[in-house]
Amino acid sequence: MRRFILGICLVFAGGIASAAVEIQTITTPEGIDAWVVEERSLPFIAMEVRMEGGANLDRPGKRGAVNLMMALLEEGSADMDAREFQEARESLAASFTFRAYDDTVTVSTRFLTEKSDEAIALLRQALVEPRFDPDAIERVRAQVLAGIEADAKNPSRIAGDTFYAMAFPDHPYGSDMDGTAETVAALTRDDLLQAHRDTVTRAAIHVSVVGDVNSEEAARLVDMLLADLPAEAPEQPGHVEFGLEGGVTVVDFPTPQSVALFGHDGIERDHPDFFAAYVLNHILGGGSFESRLMNEVREKRGLTYGISTFLVPRERTEMVLGQVASSNDRIAEAIEVIRAEWSRIAEDGVTQDELDAAKTFITGEYPLRFDGNGPIADIMVGMQQVGLSPEYVVNRNDFIEAVTLEEINRVAAELLDADALHFVIVGQPEGLETN
Amino acid sequence: MTRPLALFLTAALLVVLRLAPAYAAEQVTTFTLDNGMDVVVIEDHRAPVVVHMVWYRTGSADEPPGVSGVAHFLEHLLFKATDTLEAGEFSATVAANGGTDNAFTSYDYTAYFQRVAADRLPLMMRMESDRMNNLRLTPEDIETERQVIIEERNQRTENSPGALAGEQINAAQFLNHRYGTPIIGWMHEMEQLQMQDTLDFYDLYYSPNNAILVVAGDVYPDEVRALAEEYYGVIPAEPNLPDRVRPAEPPQRAERRLIYEDQRVAQDYLSRSYLAPERDPGNQETAAALVYLAEVLGGSSFTSVLGTKLTFESDIALFSGAGYSGSSLDDTTFRITVVPAEGVSLQEAEDAMDRAIAEFMEEGVDEDQLERIRTQLYASEIYARDDVSTLARRYGAALAQSLTVEDVQAWPDILQQVTADDIMAAAELVFDRNQSVTAWIVNNREEAL
Repeated sequence: MRRFILGICLVFAGGIASAAVEIQTITTPEGIDAWVVEERSLPFIAMEVRMEGGANLDRPGKRGAVNLMMALLEEGSADMDAREFQEARESLAASFTFRAYDDTVTVSTRFLTEKSDEAIALLRQALVEPRFDPDAIERVRAQVLAGIEADAKNPSRIAGDTFYAMAFPDHPYGSDMDGTAETVAALTRDDLLQAHRDTVTRAAIHVSVVGDVNSEEAARLVDMLLADLPAEAPEQPGHVEFGLEGGVTVVDFPTPQSVALFGHDGIERDHPDFFAAYVLNHILGGGSFESRLMNEVREKRGLTYGISTFLVPRERTEMVLGQVASSNDRIAEAIEVIRAEWSRIAEDGVTQDELDAAKTFITGEYPLRFDGNGPIADIMVGMQQVGLSPEYVVNRNDFIEAVTLEEINRVAAELLDADALHFVIVGQPEGLETN
Repeated sequence: MTRPLALFLTAALLVVLRLAPAYAAEQVTTFTLDNGMDVVVIEDHRAPVVVHMVWYRTGSADEPPGVSGVAHFLEHLLFKATDTLEAGEFSATVAANGGTDNAFTSYDYTAYFQRVAADRLPLMMRMESDRMNNLRLTPEDIETERQVIIEERNQRTENSPGALAGEQINAAQFLNHRYGTPIIGWMHEMEQLQMQDTLDFYDLYYSPNNAILVVAGDVYPDEVRALAEEYYGVIPAEPNLPDRVRPAEPPQRAERRLIYEDQRVAQDYLSRSYLAPERDPGNQETAAALVYLAEVLGGSSFTSVLGTKLTFESDIALFSGAGYSGSSLDDTTFRITVVPAEGVSLQEAEDAMDRAIAEFMEEGVDEDQLERIRTQLYASEIYARDDVSTLARRYGAALAQSLTVEDVQAWPDILQQVTADDIMAAAELVFDRNQSVTAWIVNNREEAL
């Protein structure tokens, strides 16, 4: 029975540069939706798969199970142990990457056209028939435990763990998905099998295929890879409010430069004001050299090598976050400047010139992202995850262009609140009051 | 957040397979302007995007003594004012045209690049050629930007025990050559860098006859030639550009050992570094064999010699790896790293590592493993074509490190020709303990010993 539906074709042409990216949406004979871009210049194919759920689905007391399970997928499957599996992969010159995140688990692959079937068969074996051999479990468990130990001495990781633990005390977001030394040490093979059954499924799956392949062939490869996965997955945890009030938390750590993570409540990805907020963040601290924070904290005062802010709309919460690092005797001044800039943009808004410059950059930079099979596959699967349609590639710059000065300044006043900012500082900062 | 950044080529534990066999030669055109500036054009018409890069054949290893970090400091300062642009206006203009820009400094080169819509290439050339000669620094620029590079050093190095240990290893490895001095500079010298130090460097080295222009993407050679002649061709050559001769290493006659102790070290580990030859013009065979040697010994944690012997056949190592990059103007290093498993001392791990190397020298290269590596190098060349920036960097770095375009294009085939005997000969050459540094990086010296 062949059910093969070819969806709309889009040619994206907009902005300063125009990139012709023809996205085909397909439903495979086995009923899996995927986005395909046929690009024949190079004899290889890139494929991205995201499965919703991720480490949020760790069972009670089993924190770290999904992470450890994903790390074990490359460690042997079917009749191959870890080294036999890797030798087979190396012979094909294919790359497989398995990752766990809070909201998803992901599979990325790249393989030569001439080796498509062998590569997909080997990858399918890893997803569907992982062995979880006891010796592999112990080897990878030791690596994960070493990573947890290293994170405990890494100022950036300490800042993140501290911040999220306070912001989400009763939600998986509040704890590191790697787990703790205690939970990881206690994980059994059965826990890993459970984590595999819970998260490596086609219940809520997003797929993109880009490269030397047409849509029919892509459909065949997708089915070969994913059709045998279970169609059911456990219910996911609910939405959670950002639970941290304004203030300063210092974690004493002996190192010359303090590392700060700061933020407050944010805005949902599907909120009508999202694009205004996106442009606003770009102007405030969106990572470009022209941002207000980069200008005030680095260029004018030399207080840091880099400062940036982010809108973080996650699947089940939303935040505005920023990060900065300054030597222990200067971090207090950096924080003072950040607070002042946060207030200034909330109260006075941005100028028309700033808005125009930000729009020009954001719309001009967008087509430059579509510059290779790997990047295009990644963009497409990300769009699917947040519920966008292929038309978004064409319309996205119009949404940016539509943001008005009035709108962005209203959003600045509503979204940004200097008093609500909480700073977590790891180091030995001087002259800071904590609360 | 990467803008003005230093590229630390030797810091990586694992070598990235950068170059590989020929699939079909990329479309590359090269020529030289009358003033001596080399030009490389790499065509990729898949997307209407261009990468514009200018590479100076000058890096931190070309600095005079006492002003370490000046090459990198100058890289930051090139984003300040010129006769026609205000401070920050360069990047602001790139951004206003929907592009991104950045720069990086290494031992052997300093490079500036923009990624932008192809029709904005003339504007990029106008601005980049402007700052080759017309920089106008103020005392305030120096004071503020010096603080920025100090915070950069704090972030990259002072806050990282691994990076601090790496500096000590390099300093011990190179007795006389400037590769022993960090790219970003020693802190005490960075704090003293003055405007004149940067201007001396700028006036001498930022010259067309010391520069390579690389333009990659949706462009044609004729159009690039016309633009390059218009913008870069009018800049006079620097008549006093010195020959690029650096202090050479004396014969290394004694093994060096060090222990770096830092309470921020989470996991004790050891690093062995050997002096090793680099890719030379017309002579890349030994370097190609060393690329294989690194892969054979420590490329894959599953199938490499060290992974097999130290992890799968014994419980010595949590992780092991080997690294080598032949991209260097002068002699470089071949590195091995071992992170011991729980309960294994560094001495036991080092002994096991040396036993594994000795056994490998007896047993030789496994032919199946060799073929797998050969296949992967072949494929990596195809994957590399997916990113035109990678190709641009490949040519820019090679030319800045004295290789020719012919050398770059021959390299994938040279890699495919490497035999097991070549690999063993390269191993014999490199594994000389008198030219090595062994470092133990520990949380607590007394507990580790």
